[in-house]
Amino acid sequence: MADFMLKPLTALGQDAPVVDRIGPWTLTERADVALASLAFRRGREAELRDLAKGAGLPLPPAARAEAGPVWAAFWMTPEMWMVEAPFASHEDIRAHLVAVFAETASITEQTDAWVRFDLAGAGLERVLERLSNFDLRAAPDGAATRTMIEHLGCYLIRRSAALVTVYGPRSSAGSLHHALVQAAKSVV
Amino acid sequence: MSQTHRIDAKLSAGQVDRSRTLRFHFDGVAYAGHPGDTLASALLANGVRLMGRSFKYHRPRGPISAGSEEPNALVELRSGARQEPNTRATVAELFDGLTAQSQNRWPSLRFDALSINDRLNSFFTAGFYYKTFMWPASFWEKVYEPIIRRAAGLGTLNRQEDPDSYDKGFLHCDVLIIGAGPAGLAAALTAGRSGARVILADEDFRMGGRLNAETFVLGEASGADWAKAAVAELASLPNVRLMARTTVVGTFDHGIYGAVERVSDHLLEPLPGKPRQTFWRIYSKRAILAGGATERPIAFENNDRPGIMLAGALRAYANRWGVAVGRRVAIFTNNDDGLRSAVDLAAKGVDVVAIIDSRADATLLPGIRHLRGAVVTDTAGRLGLSQVTVRHADGRSETIGVEALGVSGGWNPVVNLTSHHRAKPVWREDIAAFVPAGGESGLAPTYVAGAAGGDLSTHGALVTGNEMARRALEDLGFAARPSDLPRAEDAPVVLQPLWHVKGAKRAWIDQQNDVTVKDIKLAHQENFTAVEHLKRYTTLGMATDQGKTSNVLGLAVMAELTGKTIPQTGTTIYRPPYTPVALGALGGRARGRDFKPFRLTPSHKWAAEQGATFVEVGYWMRTQWVPRASETEWRQSVDREVLATRRSVGICDVTTLGKIDIQGTDAGVFLDRVYANTFSTLAVGKCRYGLMLREDGMVFDDGTTARMAPNEYVMTTTTANAVAVFRHLEFCRQCLWPDLDVQLISTTEAWAQFSVAGPNARNLLQKVVDQDISDAAFPYMAAGSITVGGLRARLFRISFSGELAYEIAVPTRYGDAMIRKLMEAGAEFDAVVYGTEALGVMRVEKGHVAGNELNGTSTALNMGLGKMVSRKKDSIGMVLSQREGMSRDDGLRLVGVKPVDPADALKAGSHLLKTGAAATVQNDDGWLTSLVWSPHLGHYIALAYLKNGANRLGETMRAVNLLAGTDVAVEIVSPHFIDPEGERLRG
Repeated sequence: MADFMLKPLTALGQDAPVVDRIGPWTLTERADVALASLAFRRGREAELRDLAKGAGLPLPPAARAEAGPVWAAFWMTPEMWMVEAPFASHEDIRAHLVAVFAETASITEQTDAWVRFDLAGAGLERVLERLSNFDLRAAPDGAATRTMIEHLGCYLIRRSAALVTVYGPRSSAGSLHHALVQAAKSVV
Repeated sequence: MSQTHRIDAKLSAGQVDRSRTLRFHFDGVAYAGHPGDTLASALLANGVRLMGRSFKYHRPRGPISAGSEEPNALVELRSGARQEPNTRATVAELFDGLTAQSQNRWPSLRFDALSINDRLNSFFTAGFYYKTFMWPASFWEKVYEPIIRRAAGLGTLNRQEDPDSYDKGFLHCDVLIIGAGPAGLAAALTAGRSGARVILADEDFRMGGRLNAETFVLGEASGADWAKAAVAELASLPNVRLMARTTVVGTFDHGIYGAVERVSDHLLEPLPGKPRQTFWRIYSKRAILAGGATERPIAFENNDRPGIMLAGALRAYANRWGVAVGRRVAIFTNNDDGLRSAVDLAAKGVDVVAIIDSRADATLLPGIRHLRGAVVTDTAGRLGLSQVTVRHADGRSETIGVEALGVSGGWNPVVNLTSHHRAKPVWREDIAAFVPAGGESGLAPTYVAGAAGGDLSTHGALVTGNEMARRALEDLGFAARPSDLPRAEDAPVVLQPLWHVKGAKRAWIDQQNDVTVKDIKLAHQENFTAVEHLKRYTTLGMATDQGKTSNVLGLAVMAELTGKTIPQTGTTIYRPPYTPVALGALGGRARGRDFKPFRLTPSHKWAAEQGATFVEVGYWMRTQWVPRASETEWRQSVDREVLATRRSVGICDVTTLGKIDIQGTDAGVFLDRVYANTFSTLAVGKCRYGLMLREDGMVFDDGTTARMAPNEYVMTTTTANAVAVFRHLEFCRQCLWPDLDVQLISTTEAWAQFSVAGPNARNLLQKVVDQDISDAAFPYMAAGSITVGGLRARLFRISFSGELAYEIAVPTRYGDAMIRKLMEAGAEFDAVVYGTEALGVMRVEKGHVAGNELNGTSTALNMGLGKMVSRKKDSIGMVLSQREGMSRDDGLRLVGVKPVDPADALKAGSHLLKTGAAATVQNDDGWLTSLVWSPHLGHYIALAYLKNGANRLGETMRAVNLLAGTDVAVEIVSPHFIDPEGERLRG
């Protein structure tokens, strides 16, 4: 085996995640979450749900996100979820999931397809209403949706009234970060 | 002396804060006003009536209104880069340090050289341009149009970049209420108290609408105080969002409204980080339009002098702003509301010298000289009104000296926003005005309340506001609580229509576009009687005010001329926006570098450090070439990158190619159907070039697809079609073959992928990967999972350059480290990074098709890939690709082209002609699709589509480019300029 280790960069091209504090809000780049898509194979839904239950992996209904002790997941599209797990312990997340689900599911590593930003603080819907047409004020905790933010297809998850996760395309991390920061500044 | 026309505070304090003074300048002269003033009210308080010049005749003009319907008092607000033309002084909120200039005049507002146009008015009638500039035709472009363009327009642009930012956003509500007058406030109280999510938007900076401009009482409180209390209650409700300074400018489908919030327009400069304006898209389940009504003028001779304004505006200036536009005023009216203006003004100490009432049978108003059955026939005053001529009922004329004249021809409900959905307004004879069709308008779930619906009394506004809110709540399942509405005036509309005073020669209908009664008559005479023709022939209602005060008047005059009724003549249809919207507000944050998002490749940071030149490919920023210090011209860099790659090894970031993970037990079947060639037979651990057709048989996209496991494939697409192909596959999966067990997801961004090409590619890669990748262990077209320093990675042995080549992928976060590692490991081989230009050169040298050949009108046969379309299975596009016209033996074929004399330069886009043939379309045999300089061969080479190309290798032709004026002898050759046998890539 070659005697070296590749050093990762965050989506914003830094050694460590970027944190911005703007007024009452904190915007945090998250590089510590591993992602994989999980879709059930035709006719294997019941098996897959059983296996998920056994593994403590939630499979929330449409437009919802749920978190378990290790695994969390949000609904992406009919028959498909995005699974979240701690990066440190689950970097090769696909291998972990294949071990659980085998051929009942189609599983694809998605960790570095996305950049994740967590926006925290009271009244954060004032920031996001400038970016997305998702009605965050009316959404319950655990709401998850796909939405456009500055031309970028993103996932938006309301963890609580004061915490929202935005997943955007990793290659556009800079543009998405800029949009979030500018929107926050304009309502501080 | 300052503010000479401010009414004594004891008589009318108004809603301005007289304890504070704001300084401002108009045309360089310093004035003072108070918080709560508009620019117009402050100027009028200082005795300034003249605020602008008219569009065509450069007539002196002052404000005729106190609101957003204003056609005349347009100014250039602010200075320098923030200068904003055509701003209505009647809605520009006064702030300390405001500067404004009059516009459309030279050298000054008082003396304007182009007022000569007014003398020449007989030339500038309707249709003037169409009739005058017909001859000679050659003059139009060079002479007439430049002159007309110079004379046209009102304000000027400063051509400097706007220093402010604009924002946009999205709001949601159960009930959107547009307008915060009595109807809107009543609706908001009812809806807000019920718990529904309410947005109340009003264009004014002070909510209350006409309640702020009237002296009515509601219950025990003044109208303004009642409005203030209502707003305070609404502000305390967490489910209500109050949006003052917000104009709803358009109605769109599905209850969506566009609104502009003027966040910082009332400040000298926006606060740091704050936008000047925000454009909101409001999603409403129900909307209540309570936009009120606009008073309309009566047309009479010289009715446009500064000092002549709408009677309701005259009393609004007195009541709300404590301003007497003139000390001696008269009122010209055809309805009782005009009398109300006279009463209010008299109560404020203004000398109302006469009410000229066109109605002979009007109820006599005691205490004021009330001339019934009289009309105003003319006015005088050079830069402002000084006298009016009145014709009494008995035919006698009288001249009356006045400084201001209030005119009231009745009120027009603001139907604009219901018009946006093509809901045709209906004529109501009793108020002689158009109202929105029914209580509910057309497509959108919009209710109309108050004056906007034709209920012109305060009582009517409160009742309908409450009622429409109740209906909206009922629709949405909210229980409306009973509301205790205050007692309010409920005067009926008593009006006898009078549109224009007969016999007038120059009586203005549309003051902003200088359309007179005479123009309407001319349009009638020349048979432009249809309302849409009338508008375009005379430009009636086509200015920035959209004819808010003029459209109905123009229609009425046309109706009189044609002998039809007004509804028979037509209605007026308004389009968005309700008031002008700055392009900056529509653009929001998307300007300059933020116009669109960028996609950066994993090696971007490294490449930027090397001083790479980047090229935009969609949103991607790709490395185009990486210049070295000694290289002064791009070709030097590109040639070096190509030669170094072919000599030893080159590395290119190919992350931008689309990557789609295709899994499922039917993945192979699925691929067989979407690709023209077969994939179900592909061995695990192998990849294959695939060709994808559209339904019509044309080539859609190409790329390689690898089989990573029995039920798992990784497809690559071109960069340009990554999204389109994914969309297509999803369509196929969901709609065409939902029975197949296939799951798709894009992994384009998940992997940083690098092409490593050249004779030393394997030697380099073997230093960084952990597995044996010798030709035996990892042969041509092999694919599989490997590790790089223990890290999971993927390796594909594929080549676009024609060299021994691989594509290696690592999780994107390691992409930066990977390029650095590859360059470090490649140092001993003089490895280079090559950009998209070198990539292009090498693929043309190898004869690979790319975007220029995949042009949407080419078949596999055209590209020389006809055999790839398998007939053994069905696939999208297979059948239609066999159409006769697309499978001719002598059709276009991909060929190579090189100049006969290697020293000759070829031009891109050249067409191929037989030697000796004239350069005509009939003789066109094909064209160069891709052209590069081949440093390897030392001359230009090209790919081309050539008729019967397969049978013409060796033929000498001409490459003609008529635009560049080139005509070069060329030889038709195989498109494979380098290593036609493919020995290198299999090495």
